[in-house]
Amino acid sequence: MKTITTLLLLLTLSFGAYASEEANLQEADIDLTDKVSLLRGAKHFVTYCLGCHSAKYMRYLRIALDTGVDEKTVLNDIAPEGASIYDQLHSAMNKHDAEKWFGTQPPDLSLIARSRGADWLYSYLKSYYSDSNRLFGVNNMVFQDTAMPNPFWQLQGEQHAVQRKTIWGEYAQLVLDEPGQLSEKEFDLVVNDLVHFLVYVGEPVQLERQSIGKYVLIFLAVFLVIAYLLKKEYWKDIHKDIE
Amino acid sequence: MINEGVDKSKRQFLTSALTVVGAVGTGYLAVPFLAQMQPSVKAMAAGAPVEVDISKMEAGQLIRVAWRGKPVWILNRTPEVLATLKTLDSQLRDPLSQESIQPDYSKNPVRSVKPEIFVAIGLCTHLGCSPTFRPEIAPHDLGDNWKGGFFCPCHGSWFDLAGRVYQGVPAPTNLEIPPYRYITDTLIIIGESSGEKTA
Amino acid sequence: MKIDRFALCGNWILERFPLAKVWNEHMTHYYAPRNFNFWYFFGSLALLMLVNQFVTGILLTMNYKPDAKLAFDSVEYIMRDVHWGWLIRYMHSTGASAFFIVIYLHMFRGLMYGSFKQPRELIWIFGMLLFVCLMAEAFMGYLLPWGQMSYWGAQVIISLFSAIPVIGDDLSLWVRGDYVVSDATLNRFFAFHVISVPLVLVMLVFLHIVALHEVGSNNPDGIEIKKYKDENGIPLDGIPFHPYYTVKDIVGVAVFLVFFATVIFYMPEMGGYFLEHANFIPADPMKTPEHIAPVWYFTPFYAILRAIPDKFAGVIGMGGAIVVLFLLPWLDRNPVKSIRYRGGIYKKALLLFVISFIGLGYLGTQPATPTATLFARLFTSIYFGFFLLMPIYTRWEKTKPVPKRVTEEHTLEEELPALLEEITVLNPATSEIGDPAFRSSFFHRRPSAEGILNVLARLAKKLKESLD
Repeated sequence: MKTITTLLLLLTLSFGAYASEEANLQEADIDLTDKVSLLRGAKHFVTYCLGCHSAKYMRYLRIALDTGVDEKTVLNDIAPEGASIYDQLHSAMNKHDAEKWFGTQPPDLSLIARSRGADWLYSYLKSYYSDSNRLFGVNNMVFQDTAMPNPFWQLQGEQHAVQRKTIWGEYAQLVLDEPGQLSEKEFDLVVNDLVHFLVYVGEPVQLERQSIGKYVLIFLAVFLVIAYLLKKEYWKDIHKDIE
Repeated sequence: MINEGVDKSKRQFLTSALTVVGAVGTGYLAVPFLAQMQPSVKAMAAGAPVEVDISKMEAGQLIRVAWRGKPVWILNRTPEVLATLKTLDSQLRDPLSQESIQPDYSKNPVRSVKPEIFVAIGLCTHLGCSPTFRPEIAPHDLGDNWKGGFFCPCHGSWFDLAGRVYQGVPAPTNLEIPPYRYITDTLIIIGESSGEKTA
Repeated sequence: MKIDRFALCGNWILERFPLAKVWNEHMTHYYAPRNFNFWYFFGSLALLMLVNQFVTGILLTMNYKPDAKLAFDSVEYIMRDVHWGWLIRYMHSTGASAFFIVIYLHMFRGLMYGSFKQPRELIWIFGMLLFVCLMAEAFMGYLLPWGQMSYWGAQVIISLFSAIPVIGDDLSLWVRGDYVVSDATLNRFFAFHVISVPLVLVMLVFLHIVALHEVGSNNPDGIEIKKYKDENGIPLDGIPFHPYYTVKDIVGVAVFLVFFATVIFYMPEMGGYFLEHANFIPADPMKTPEHIAPVWYFTPFYAILRAIPDKFAGVIGMGGAIVVLFLLPWLDRNPVKSIRYRGGIYKKALLLFVISFIGLGYLGTQPATPTATLFARLFTSIYFGFFLLMPIYTRWEKTKPVPKRVTEEHTLEEELPALLEEITVLNPATSEIGDPAFRSSFFHRRPSAEGILNVLARLAKKLKESLD
């Protein structure tokens, strides 16, 4: 009986937490200990995204503290002109204009990595293709009919969608028409850096909490051992009793 | 029936060991719980230094700004005011600012970096009300002895136009001077002393 | 004779407050059965979780703003700007899910060992009231972060009230305080979540434990230890709760904390089940998310709601699923308490119940496709069948003889070799152990289909035996 319940419990607990993922998402290579990549990503964010998107829960000070970089460097190299180190990453675009131009205010990106996931963001930013039916001339394979223009069109170049037929069915593939300023590998690195930064912005304390975690577990292991020894010592009384 | 051969010392040792480890753990747990009540980064950001442009200041004018939630006064003192200040020493509790709080560069008879511009935190050192600005000489309600200064309406403390407290009033010390410096001749930054950030 | 000042202070209090009496009655001279096993840890763990939610909750309230315009921002403020705010937030969110895991296991113990039967029906009733309050507390707490899932989950569930005929719409309006879930709803849910329901929970826990101590704890053998007492009136199979179970529960807490800490520090989102992905988007009344699902601990009941085609009947069904649990002490007609001595039919029924509860839970997280709905209906029938058919099948059970005294519990160390033996493939050795031929044959042996089938057959037989 006990065996059965144990096995049953283990079975139910082994249900991995699987969110249903699109089959065609590309994997981003996330390594938050790569501080240089984070800084590059921060620069890309300010250059290509901050014009429309805010990241209002993030402060420049935090970037300086977590990457170990001097506050002055962050203010000079990364933050826009006139920012204070305590400032949050606010966009310059106001709500009225945004709604007029895009139909809706571009969403704040502080938590986009936690709601969409790194792979989705990585794939999304690489999956723009030309579509003359859309307002800004582009559509996106990962997010159909997106209202967002391609911020990287100069870097990536222009892609178009080609329908391919296989025995398993039809699928669309993206083919590069006009190459941009960067090669495919260089562009992938830019997007990866940016996604790195967004994952970090989603939860800046990630690395710290994982490193604290191991000390907590070590402490708990020590506590557990002593507690168990104490329990066994007292319970000798009970087991002796039975004889 | 429990056997008398209970190893009491082992139990004592293990209980003490567990108590110690448990206490350490509780202490470690208490640290974040208590620390989270400390001022957050947002509070520290709100406490960041404030810049004040004094290029358009008229003689005798008082500007009020907020720094760390407190009122800070910037007063443009006329030569007459500066002259009067020297005559008041005998009526003051602490004319040389020995007891009061001010940065070293404000520990002079006029209590400022530049004599004409007086910077002070506008809170009475008695119980924290904000005194009124009374630059006029001998007004009706304050009497002939009033030579211009700050009057606190809550309990009647008198301060001169260098923020120095009079004798015989409830307030114990002179007005507090915040750290500040001149970025240019007409731009003051309150909350910062000569390029170093204050905590 | 030196009088200890410490003892004097102590005596001053003891003369005026029944501290010693309470300590003796409920700890050192409360005699619990000696054969508590793994399933008996969850009561103290539930209390631990209540304390956790309380303390972390109060700390969160220091910085959280219950205003629709400010709530979401204030949670992120806690996560980033407040020192250690992230830890307190994760302890609270993980604690909520952990609380439900502990409670479901605690309730399952009751189902297995008949802890709801006479004379413990009132303990079960208080426990069920606690469960209902806990669900209310969790539901209202989930609105507070004001994310997309918070908003739309609340919108969907509160609109269920409108299914009630005649008074439904007015009732929903009254609950919400507005025509849709809004700032008014947020504020009142905050008041309930922080003040009223916690007070009710604490009172019910007190009543639950007092009722328990009045009657005495049940045990895995389901026998009443108070039947056989020694010359001092102490049950022969009873041991003082303190120090034996205090010390054992500390071990339980330590093991639990290892799991708890692992989640908090390494996977606080738990794949989107503890902190749902959609909840990292601020609530938008204009845009509904693709899948609205309640948090995992509500999904079994949500699945029952969706399985029933009519809106009002679905609400009745969902409520009925809880009501039927209240009635358990009177549905189960068999006086034998513990599953160890009950007939095969109850064991099989309980297994089916567990499978359908977990199945319903899974289906509640998925979209309602026709196949999924079919299974949900099947599982709902089994769920209700388990309870409503009990008066019939528990009467005709072939129970085994119940022992007079508790049976001996083996420790984990004794059990382990037996457990391992069940699962490992044991082929008869073709040569002696010391023989070099043995070693070569051992390492070169390919997995034998016969051997694997052997083990599977053995396991299946054990399964059938345990269900008889």
